Amino acid sequence: MTEWRPPVALVFTWLALLALLASTVTLAYVPLGTFNAVVALTIGTTKAAIVAAIFMELRDRRPRTLVFAGAGLFWLGILLWLGMMDFLTRT
Amino acid sequence: MPDAVAPQFISTAHRDETAELGMWVFLATEVLLFGGLILGYFVYRHSYPAAFAAASRHTEIVIGAANTAILLTSSFLVACAVDAFAVETRKICAGLLSGAILLGLAFIILKGVEYADEYREHLVPGIDFNFEASEANGAQLFFVFYFVATAIHALHMLIGIGLLAVMATLTWRSPTTRHRAALHSIALYWHFVDVVWIFLFALIYLPGRSA
Repeated sequence: MTEWRPPVALVFTWLALLALLASTVTLAYVPLGTFNAVVALTIGTTKAAIVAAIFMELRDRRPRTLVFAGAGLFWLGILLWLGMMDFLTRT
Repeated sequence: MPDAVAPQFISTAHRDETAELGMWVFLATEVLLFGGLILGYFVYRHSYPAAFAAASRHTEIVIGAANTAILLTSSFLVACAVDAFAVETRKICAGLLSGAILLGLAFIILKGVEYADEYREHLVPGIDFNFEASEANGAQLFFVFYFVATAIHALHMLIGIGLLAVMATLTWRSPTTRHRAALHSIALYWHFVDVVWIFLFALIYLPGRSA
């Protein structure tokens, strides 16, 4: 069987994702008040961005592909922004 | 690798790029499917912050964290399989896909164990739900989100496991560039299911742990 080794970039990505998972679980137990939610979502978004950039290969794709990939996020932004507007601003 | 391109494409690269863009359009619809659920979650978490924290403390964070590690690792194996896809290394590629399938099944089994625990602890809305009276309403909403979101996610996992199994078989036999494009699309889908879980994990298991 021909030699094949896992690319270093993928191995590092995998280890970084596991490290981020460990840190988000640890930080969830540190009392930070409302910042606990901010930390959890920031680390989650970071993990998702790493998966999208490296596992989903967006880092070396041309702008056209990035537009297609970003379209979902754009509409998600509208959904969450307009959807939450009333609840966050009502007194 | 024997190859034939359908008449609407000028080359295999053209065909593969079209498939990739189509997959991203499909994933955009999936983003909005889960996005609607997550919007509902945020609205009710905003209305019942204490109940959501209390309900979240009742979820099994050990199983949740283990499942996150399992999915991240399976995504890593699928990304490796895409890299290893070639006639000479086709058995390695099929082996990596098999590893990802086994991890996917482990995820489903752990999810089942978790559901069974929640059933025993009376945390399933509609089936003898029982929670501290002051937080029961909000907690019930949390667990409705929990079961709907994780069940839809688990359905995506099962579909993904089936697709990976087909790809592992095809790759083992005689891989062509068409199969490479198919594997690439399925890999995007699998990574997307992983990303959805990353967010579900943060929303379901982590709130209220520091209290």
